[in-house]
Amino acid sequence: MDIFSEKTILSVSRLTALLRGVLEENFEQLWVQGEVSNLSYPSSGHCYFTLKDAGAQLRCVMFKSAVKNLKFRLTDGMALICRGRISVYDQRGEYQLICEYLEPAGIGALQTAFVQLKEKLAGEGLFADAHKVSMPRFPRKIGVITSPTGAAIHDIINVLKRRFASLEVLLYPVRVQGEGAALEIARAIDDMNRMAEVDILLVGRGGGSLEDLWAFNEEVVARAVYRSKIPVISAVGHETDWTICDFVADLRAPTPSAAAELVIASAEDLRGQIDTLSHRLRRAIEILLMTRSSRLDALRRSLHDPRTMLGHLALRVDDLSGRLDMALHVAVSRRRDRFVHLYQALQHNDPHGRVESLRQQIMLLTVRAEGALDQRLEAVRQKFGDNAARLEVLSPLRTLARGYAIAARAGDGTVVTDAALLAIGEQLQLRLHRGLASCRVESVESGKT
Amino acid sequence: MATDKFEASLKKLEEIVKRLETGSLTLEDSLKVFEEGVKHAAFCSGRLDDAERRVEILLKQKDGSLKREPFESGEN
Repeated sequence: MDIFSEKTILSVSRLTALLRGVLEENFEQLWVQGEVSNLSYPSSGHCYFTLKDAGAQLRCVMFKSAVKNLKFRLTDGMALICRGRISVYDQRGEYQLICEYLEPAGIGALQTAFVQLKEKLAGEGLFADAHKVSMPRFPRKIGVITSPTGAAIHDIINVLKRRFASLEVLLYPVRVQGEGAALEIARAIDDMNRMAEVDILLVGRGGGSLEDLWAFNEEVVARAVYRSKIPVISAVGHETDWTICDFVADLRAPTPSAAAELVIASAEDLRGQIDTLSHRLRRAIEILLMTRSSRLDALRRSLHDPRTMLGHLALRVDDLSGRLDMALHVAVSRRRDRFVHLYQALQHNDPHGRVESLRQQIMLLTVRAEGALDQRLEAVRQKFGDNAARLEVLSPLRTLARGYAIAARAGDGTVVTDAALLAIGEQLQLRLHRGLASCRVESVESGKT
Repeated sequence: MATDKFEASLKKLEEIVKRLETGSLTLEDSLKVFEEGVKHAAFCSGRLDDAERRVEILLKQKDGSLKREPFESGEN
């Protein structure tokens, strides 16, 4: 049909339909850049806005199905790059861009989405440390949520093998990229929590582009991780890749291998801890027994004390008796010495000796006396002889011999030398030179001599 | 969870060690507690020793339930 060949009258609907056909056919796939204005999200779930620049504006709509895949939130004034097709809204006679994909101009859409979701979830407290739980001390079984054919599970199993880690692994296979991957991951996390069989959940994948890793930046994953009662280790991509999942997870590992190492480390820590505890247990009982036994020893020693005391006492007794003996000995010998001394002194002063010596003295003296006596006698005798001789001369007897007589009273023999003393009749005796004669006084004549 | 019993045992072991270390128990109790501690220690290291490395994969059945099977990953 050639609408321009003759005067063909078209209804509005017909023309609009024709225009729509033309536009749809020629602007099936295009990219437009502009600034968002008049943004609206009616309850239908579709999204309406106007894209404009300095000189023109373009009505845009994004249907619910596409909005759902939108990684970020639109705001008025945002510079957008839109991919879509031009269509016509018949009822209003407007052409518009049916957007299939949007991304912020300047920085990438994903980057924007990432920043926005991060802000949002942070605001809700999904990254709060307070919510994070520590890894169990003894992970025996770990759940791994990743692709069964990806590098991650391969790396994890290799690490476990290399480290001889005795850990059971339960793999929950999921797609880790592409449409629906995020939902699968989120479901897997929920399923694992329901099963409550593993001690740690390891969620992740190997390295890839930002788009490849995107599932881990999805809110649905973030929420599932946050919900998980089982501690979650997030290990997505490489060291430098940070995903929303990393922020929400209880622990972030730079890589899946590193995640496996972390899990093993805690298991090995535990081994060390048990060893330490066992050691401390033994040490404690050893010390306990040691202190008890040394106390017992001490007590036993004090039990032995009496015997020791006896020994001591015996020694003391010995010592003392020795000293006693000694003292006695000393005392005795001192006394003996004294005795000897005294005895000697006594002997020295023995009366017998004295008697003897006296006797000897006497004897000596006697001898001397006798000698002296003899001498004296001799001398006397000598003298006597002399005197006798001299006496001879003077002897009355010689006088008598010459005729003289000695008158003596008869009574008492007294020599009468004075006649006056004589009484008449008194008897006298007359000694003559030879013999005696008795006489009687007849008369007295007193005369002179 | 799989570690409950182990954790309980480990916790008990820790308590026992602490109690023994304070030395406030009677000799008889000490020995009793020590024996218990040794059992816990043996249990714990036993559990560490006998845990085997096993890798299983969950397979989703048509009815939505999950079935587990040994996982063969290339060289595993």
